[in-house]
Amino acid sequence: MPPVVINLSYLVASVLFIMGLKGMSHPRTAVRGNTLGATGMLIAIVVTLLDRSIISYEVIFAGLVLGSAIGAVMAIRVQMTAMPQMVALLNGFGGGASVLVAGAALVEVGVAGGGYQTQMTVATSLSALIGGVTFFGSLVAFGKLQDLITGNAVVFPGQHLLNALVALGAVGLAVGVVLRPESMEIYWALVAVAAVLGVLATIGIGGADMPVVISLLNSYSGLAASATGFVLQNNMLIIAGSLVGASGIILTQIMCKAMNRSLANVLFGGLGAVATTSAKADDVYAGKVKSASPDEIAILLDSARRVVFVPGYGMAVSQAQHAVRSLAQLLESKGAEVIFAVHPVAGRMPGHMNVLLAEADVPYEALLEMDVVNPMFPQTDVAIVIGANDVVNPVARTDPKSPIAGMPILDVDKARTVVVIKRSLSPGFAGIPNPLFAAENTLMYFSDGQKAVNDLIAAVKEAS
Amino acid sequence: MELLVTTLTIFVLAIFVGFEVITKVPPTLHTPLMSGSNAISGITLVGAVLSSGTQHTTLTTVLGFVAVVFATINVVGGFLVTNRMLSMFKRK
Repeated sequence: MPPVVINLSYLVASVLFIMGLKGMSHPRTAVRGNTLGATGMLIAIVVTLLDRSIISYEVIFAGLVLGSAIGAVMAIRVQMTAMPQMVALLNGFGGGASVLVAGAALVEVGVAGGGYQTQMTVATSLSALIGGVTFFGSLVAFGKLQDLITGNAVVFPGQHLLNALVALGAVGLAVGVVLRPESMEIYWALVAVAAVLGVLATIGIGGADMPVVISLLNSYSGLAASATGFVLQNNMLIIAGSLVGASGIILTQIMCKAMNRSLANVLFGGLGAVATTSAKADDVYAGKVKSASPDEIAILLDSARRVVFVPGYGMAVSQAQHAVRSLAQLLESKGAEVIFAVHPVAGRMPGHMNVLLAEADVPYEALLEMDVVNPMFPQTDVAIVIGANDVVNPVARTDPKSPIAGMPILDVDKARTVVVIKRSLSPGFAGIPNPLFAAENTLMYFSDGQKAVNDLIAAVKEAS
Repeated sequence: MELLVTTLTIFVLAIFVGFEVITKVPPTLHTPLMSGSNAISGITLVGAVLSSGTQHTTLTTVLGFVAVVFATINVVGGFLVTNRMLSMFKRK
């Protein structure tokens, strides 16, 4: 197939990618958007397979079949609660592929007798660096989310110095690749150091900061693809990669803003590593915490006109989303207005709660963003917090010295009654006590999330 | 040099297009956006196919093969799981 046809097909694929992402602007058009993107990908791959420099198809098809099988099994079997791990892993594979393709391209130029162009070697360097960090950083993120390694921030003395030294070493080797592209040892050394950098950079970040890390790695996987596009002089790779890079950066910004923290603070802060204020918990809670039974809460719910559910990561952990939906429907059938308030960083990745609730058939119209729902809390009869903690901690508004000071929160404390479903009074990720639990209008319901909601359903049915 | 400027132009403009398009995605779709855009970043598959098919050396073929596997997992897994999620958002 002549190059001009191939390049025009790549243009079509690029346009389809953009239209596909555009479709994501509304749940109604999103499925079609995704299909458009997949169509673009199919066109790009088929056209590439017809490239005349390909002399053998066995290896390609073996790879395609194996990859498709693994990808399909993962996609079909993954639980919605495990979506953050899945995306982390996919990010990593994208980065890994970029490293390998750039490495192969470097070998090819060497075999063809040199003639390295600076643009190519610089881009190869960047592919190795970004791709390596993405692959190994994503594996650590996956390990943390899957509970294979500790979800807490791992901090040790001299960590920042070590990170800085490794980063410096990576930059040095990256320059080395540009100056001596013929020695592949430097390239693989760069990949190895990028791997160490990826591990070090991710290991120091705690569980609840995962939304930021996954967004950032998402962005990196795109940028790695772009860098590979510069290596191969392929515009489609550059376009597709930069679209993903931009997407990841935007999500990273949104996540940071939702925590009122800078990206640097998330990456280097090590928040949640030390519980600084554990002693103060007694002062906050002593004698003020009121515990309630399902029957007492059912009486409140029975007469409530507006009920707002505030889901957090705990809902995902206890797989309570279906039970929550059933309770919501029960309350609606009794004439109450039911709303779901979703904080941007609830869960372990952007939009995590929304996917879980969508899985449980909660219509997306019932899911409201923080800015929309906050003015509604004063006219809310019952706010039910399930598995959320730091995102409803009023200290963010009142104590400028708190680690979560200035973080936008869901103002559940302004509701007439707040019901908090939680196993214990243990602190959230920020490691600080939550005065909401001791507030005048708060009832604590100590239980596992799913069991609690099921008991509530039974109690509400009995009360009426 | 001229070629570099052209590719850089494409890169920068594409980032702007990305910003414009992505800022319009509502928070409720952020998870499928990530998995879907992730699938798109599997576009490296195109490069991987060429490395493994041109068979310059055994090394490039092996690197290409592993890259094809990685990128295909990314593409197939990404688009499928996104489709699975998005069909849950459809009004029942």
